[in-house]
Amino acid sequence: MSVSEVFNIAWEGIIRNKVRSLLTMLGVIIGVAAVIIMIAISAGTEAAIAEQIQGLGSNLAFIQASFGRGRPGSGDTSAMLVYEDTEVVESVPGVIGTTVDQTTTQTVKVQGNTLTDVPVVGTTSDFPSVRDVDIAQGRFFNETEVDRKAKVAVLGSNLATELFGDSDPIGQQITVDNTKLTVIGVADDKGVVGSTDFDAQLYTPITVLFDKFIPSQFARFMGNRVRIIYAEIDEDADMEQVLTQIQLKLATSKDVPVDELSFTIQTQQDIIDTQGATTEAFRSLLAWVAAVSLIVGGIGIMNIMLVSVTERTREIGIRQSVGATPNDIRWQFLTEALMLSLVGGLIGVFVGVGGSWLFGATSDMRTVIVPTSILLAFGSAAAVGIFFGFYPANKAAQLDPIEALRHE
Amino acid sequence: MNDLQPIIEATNIKKIYGMGDIQVAALAGVDVRIDPGEFVAVMGPSGSGKSTLMNILGCLDRATEGTYLLAGEDVSGLDKAQLAEIRNRKIGFIFQSYNLLPRTTALKNVMLPLVYRRGNGLSHSEREEKAKAALAAVGLADRMQHEPHEMSGGQQQRVAIARALINDPVLILADEPTGNLDSRSGEEIMALLHDLHAKGSTILMVTHESDIAEQTERTIHMLDGVIEQVVQNGDGGEV
Repeated sequence: MSVSEVFNIAWEGIIRNKVRSLLTMLGVIIGVAAVIIMIAISAGTEAAIAEQIQGLGSNLAFIQASFGRGRPGSGDTSAMLVYEDTEVVESVPGVIGTTVDQTTTQTVKVQGNTLTDVPVVGTTSDFPSVRDVDIAQGRFFNETEVDRKAKVAVLGSNLATELFGDSDPIGQQITVDNTKLTVIGVADDKGVVGSTDFDAQLYTPITVLFDKFIPSQFARFMGNRVRIIYAEIDEDADMEQVLTQIQLKLATSKDVPVDELSFTIQTQQDIIDTQGATTEAFRSLLAWVAAVSLIVGGIGIMNIMLVSVTERTREIGIRQSVGATPNDIRWQFLTEALMLSLVGGLIGVFVGVGGSWLFGATSDMRTVIVPTSILLAFGSAAAVGIFFGFYPANKAAQLDPIEALRHE
Repeated sequence: MNDLQPIIEATNIKKIYGMGDIQVAALAGVDVRIDPGEFVAVMGPSGSGKSTLMNILGCLDRATEGTYLLAGEDVSGLDKAQLAEIRNRKIGFIFQSYNLLPRTTALKNVMLPLVYRRGNGLSHSEREEKAKAALAAVGLADRMQHEPHEMSGGQQQRVAIARALINDPVLILADEPTGNLDSRSGEEIMALLHDLHAKGSTILMVTHESDIAEQTERTIHMLDGVIEQVVQNGDGGEV
């Protein structure tokens, strides 16, 4: 028998039992669609994370105090990251700018309009350039204003609209907690990066924040503690060298050996790598889930094929009586299983691609359809079809023609 | 025609079932010789071994002992695949229950043996032509696209006959070909078989109806796994 005849016979077998064929394929359809959708979700998540990290600003280094160290009052001032350290960092060649941000939530009032839980970000004049925030209206506060604790505020775009509606906020007075601030600028739309909604924030000089909103009794001795210092590194500079320099200078200023310095310095790349490892684990978990569903689909094919062999015993007998050899019968059923899984795989690809798109369009999650995932899913479906088709096909091939013809 | 070698030359055919001490001989040494162009009937009560004999002569089964030459070819020691090929090339089956593929057109049913014919080199359209001719020859030119359930029993049996003839077999084995048919359809089928016989086909037919058996040249009576007697029917028979 030629290959095309084998396919012909198998195809006729599938067409003759449309409903059963469809039910058989269901497992494979779901399996293949699951593989594609899951990979699309994990790829989408990965892309979203990478984009968010890029969105933090260009060529950033993050200096953070390690967890659990340098509590205020512990006497270990070396391990505390304070506002004054920004000057140390800034003095390192290759560092273009530094900024810090310290956030607190406050109630903001303007002309009887009250908003609670507004994130108030204390920062420095370099914030817009380091964090890639553009100013839409007015201006950001400058270094002098930071040094002099000028009572000024820059509003995120959504916050400005919420507080002032259509009227011009520039020059207006707002009351934050009990402090009056003058609005000098409104930031352009930036959206949500990580977990931060830039457009809902209020910016004020960090000195004002320390003074008015989160006063600390330790500040007088040790400086004002900050969570993180962002340093923008010159693109032409050697990142590694600049980071080493920052560590050395900080160690010198704290008067501790470098290896006892309990700060971690991370770059965007480090964070991307960390996230990559996380999504890698996520992805392999999904791959396992998908593999299991494909195997279940394969077992479904095997089940139905076994039933089909029993049901079609007489057909097999008829074929044998007119000259079908055991191999002919084996190929017929193996090809049928293969075609069921391939057609199922094809439908699964459509469902998977459509489902990924639909999922991305209707939920917060992003999906990216990975072409290799389609090949992978389709290939596994074919492999599953052959593997699980083999046993039923063998069973069919070994039927005795007399018994088969007698079968009712 | 007798100068040609016989179509069936089976010698001392035994079929023994069972294992160990308990053995049942379905066939206990049977000799059958059928010459080209003969029309022979096999009769016998159930359990007489006639079905077993037919299965062996039809190459659906193998004898435990004995030799079987089919048109001069020794088929006694062939394996399953080789037997399948012999069935395909040399034997045309007509069954009591027609045994057509369900939900498959008459044309496709008739084409089935051609599909399994190795090295016949016929294209799909050539096969279709051949099958159409075979269907036309049994008077079903207008039923080619009908499926079995759309046809009467007589029509289905004629499709089965067309299928049996498609590979020009040396032997036609008919197992109670009229058993499921009303008398009129049965007569039509018998007429068709006589027609084939007249054209030179060799036919071996199992039946339990003596009036049908009497229409053949010779009747082999089976009992308890052996040939009880061979009766010459009518006038044209020869020993």
